[in-house]
Amino acid sequence: MDALDVNNISVGYSNDLIIKDLSVSMPKHKITTIVGPNGCGKSTLLKTIVRVLQAKEGAVFLEGKAIHTLDTKEVAKRMAILPQTAQAPSGLTVFELVSYGRFPHRKRMGRLSKQDYEYIHWALDVTGLNDLRDQPANALSGGQRQRVWIAMALAQGTDILVLDEPTTYLDLAHQLDILLLLQRLNKEEGRTIIMVLHDLNHASRFSDYMIAMRDGAIVTEGAPNEVMTCDYLRRVFQIDAELISCPYSANPVCLSYQLCEHSVGCKVR
Amino acid sequence: MEWSKEQMDEKEQLKKVKDTARPTVGILILTVGTLLLIFSLALSISLGAADIDFKTVWGTIFHFNPDLVDHQIIWELRIPRVIGAAIVGSCFAVSGALMQGMTRNPLADSGLLGLNAGAAFMLALCFAFFPGLPYSYVIVFSFLGAALGAGIVYGVGSLSENGLTPIRLVLAGAAVSALLGALSEGIALYFEIGQDLAFWYAGGVSGTTWGQLKVVTPWLCLALIGAIALSRSITILSLGEEVAIGLGERMGRVKLLSAVLILILAGAAVSVVGAVSFVGLIVPHLARRLVGHDYRWIIPASAMLGALLVVLADLTARIINPPYETPIGALIALLGVPFFLYLARKGGGHV
Repeated sequence: MDALDVNNISVGYSNDLIIKDLSVSMPKHKITTIVGPNGCGKSTLLKTIVRVLQAKEGAVFLEGKAIHTLDTKEVAKRMAILPQTAQAPSGLTVFELVSYGRFPHRKRMGRLSKQDYEYIHWALDVTGLNDLRDQPANALSGGQRQRVWIAMALAQGTDILVLDEPTTYLDLAHQLDILLLLQRLNKEEGRTIIMVLHDLNHASRFSDYMIAMRDGAIVTEGAPNEVMTCDYLRRVFQIDAELISCPYSANPVCLSYQLCEHSVGCKVR
Repeated sequence: MEWSKEQMDEKEQLKKVKDTARPTVGILILTVGTLLLIFSLALSISLGAADIDFKTVWGTIFHFNPDLVDHQIIWELRIPRVIGAAIVGSCFAVSGALMQGMTRNPLADSGLLGLNAGAAFMLALCFAFFPGLPYSYVIVFSFLGAALGAGIVYGVGSLSENGLTPIRLVLAGAAVSALLGALSEGIALYFEIGQDLAFWYAGGVSGTTWGQLKVVTPWLCLALIGAIALSRSITILSLGEEVAIGLGERMGRVKLLSAVLILILAGAAVSVVGAVSFVGLIVPHLARRLVGHDYRWIIPASAMLGALLVVLADLTARIINPPYETPIGALIALLGVPFFLYLARKGGGHV
């Protein structure tokens, strides 16, 4: 069974649909990445999946059940999200922020249980934030802050993790740091990871499954070597790309590229 | 002076305990604050145009003798106004805390966002068209007025193309407040009820009666209990809408409930004291400084600090230029305006 099935959804305002009649499935225990040019609707798709936006038509199914019919707290026990614009209120410490990840598991006014603490400590451990646990979260660097939000999502203890551009605004090393962390969570713990990435090479290197979108529709989907082809890159991004094999993952990556109208053709080495 | 490594370690340890042991700090602050509040209540009852010693105050409360003038003053004038001040302060402060948490707007305050002006406008209508309406009905009109003010401000604010930023909302609040204030004054002039309304606008608790307190206290208690019950959800909401949804927060329900609580709190306070701004702005920020970011602590701390602030402001209003009373709205604005400018300068950063 797939982790998430999107069935014939239309999203947007009635006279201005951003996504129209789109269907796609995201496999369980895999890393799925959505790519596409600005304004192609990838963030809209992601927000609909995580029930921030409501589909006008169609439905999203979480492990076979329509997500809007499920109790939102129950959904939160199975799927954690990291929005693109997450910003911590000032004065909140790393530990406090991460502890909010336990919210869907907690009863009314109760204190954190032993199990809650175990999850929080594990999340801080995995993300390497133990030394920073008492620091105010918004005083950290961009890369550390992003790890705090990921730690919060991890503390939620869900099988599915949905991230909207988790590497944006980070420098090269910190981008890789986040992606390697996600890869480890997938490989070692079997967590399903679904994300939007801008960097095609990162998407290709780290994904098991890629979904390429343009104009609110899916152009192609499949393994990176099926999606990262000259033909599809031209159709999705209108670029002519020089593709080579990634020395780390053996998936195709883009060496350099040219806008379509100026280029003579696409060569594959 | 040099710190030895051991001392440094000890300091680090202490800091760690301080940072993580917020509940302890919270309990301490609430206890100290409550003691301070009781002390200022007593002080405020005893001081005024006629100073009355503590012994007489004590005597009034425990052996009331209606033949003594001092006992009369204390029982009929001082005690209701002081309790009124405390209640009003709590109401404004908790409504401000809820607004700031729910909307992530550090400049949220029932006065700045037009709720107070709306409630005051409704009160003017009440005085003009239904003179002599019992206070238990007047207060309901005050709630409706607060809703009206908030509705117009959000309506005007959301007309702007780039959405609702904190500053924009405050601007809309100022414009709407000015309009509603002018309308109220027009009504006051036309119906010759200026006398009745004048003090309401300046903001004063001097007219508070036992009758008013009987009506307003249950509302406040209800709203406070509601606010505390909602406080954990408010904390989650203050992380941002998408994060809150991801954590399984029931957004619609929490937002509706807090909106109702905010209107009740602001409306009730305005119906007693008039349109006093800035209490709801200053107090929650102060509370956050003291007890951290958890609204389970911010809300009770705000209730306590708000009461303290308004009781002290009322006391100052009475002793600053006796026997005349300075409007407490003006006194609080003296604190509030610089504080507002400071927050606005910080760029209306995040709560």
